[in-house]
Amino acid sequence: MTADTSVRTSPLAAWTDRLAALAPALDVAERPFLTQLTVRARDAVAVARMGEALGVAFPADPCTSTRGGGPFGDVEVLWMGPDEFLVVAGPDRRALVEDALRAAVRPARGAVVDTSAQRTTLALSGPHARDVLAHGCAIDLHPSAAPTGTCVQTLLARAGVVLRVDDAECDAFTLLVRSSFAEYLAAWLCDASVEYRAALS
Amino acid sequence: MQLIPCPWCGPREEAEFHYGGQAHVAYPEDPGALTDQEWARFVFFRDNPCGPFAERWSHSAGCRRWFNAVRDTRTYELLSVYRVGEPRPDASERDEVVS
Repeated sequence: MTADTSVRTSPLAAWTDRLAALAPALDVAERPFLTQLTVRARDAVAVARMGEALGVAFPADPCTSTRGGGPFGDVEVLWMGPDEFLVVAGPDRRALVEDALRAAVRPARGAVVDTSAQRTTLALSGPHARDVLAHGCAIDLHPSAAPTGTCVQTLLARAGVVLRVDDAECDAFTLLVRSSFAEYLAAWLCDASVEYRAALS
Repeated sequence: MQLIPCPWCGPREEAEFHYGGQAHVAYPEDPGALTDQEWARFVFFRDNPCGPFAERWSHSAGCRRWFNAVRDTRTYELLSVYRVGEPRPDASERDEVVS
């Protein structure tokens, strides 16, 4: 039997129902095929220029992110390192955003690399989202310690993730996890939410 | 679990880090001129002090940057952390303990 490779399948396509069943304690949904571009640039002027091109200023502080709308729709820029950023845009924007960033980084030295297939994205929210994450993540996600826009790279259940706080007051988070770890993390989320499902049913 | 203060990301759990051995081991200026003994000393010989020790660490599960830390080998207390390229802090600055 051969697999049909003409159809694009996201890493968590088989988990849609199981993740949906975690509601209402935890609302989890995969946001598949988002455009993800790894940007490396040290030059502050080039970084500012790329921000202007996207309509979103690049984050200046470690462990933060910015979000905004511009010519390429909603775009998030995540701080990954002192000279490294991850630009996340809609699924069909890859070529456009990549070209715009490449044009903006010149003549400074820098790199724009398409890493869309490296990670998949999970949107988490719900009354127990923070409790579930606390089962496997040491980061303090209380709104006073992790305000909206906080973006950390850390370990969740020993799997490397990028964790973004979308809305601290509403407990809304985005998880970016490597495609090969996605099913493991989905299974872990299902397991970690068991006690909250029981409490609400 | 011990917290290690990454100079970029702030205090994080020890499990996110990797150890990189002694810091400030300068690469020989003219490696070809070294005798085998001198080369072996550069490659294999490291200090093993009882007390403050400058080490390299990598925040491998976070920002993936290398940095240096002065750790007391007797107590595991991290006396200071500093970014690559920055000079080793003076031991007299021990009051500004970060961990």
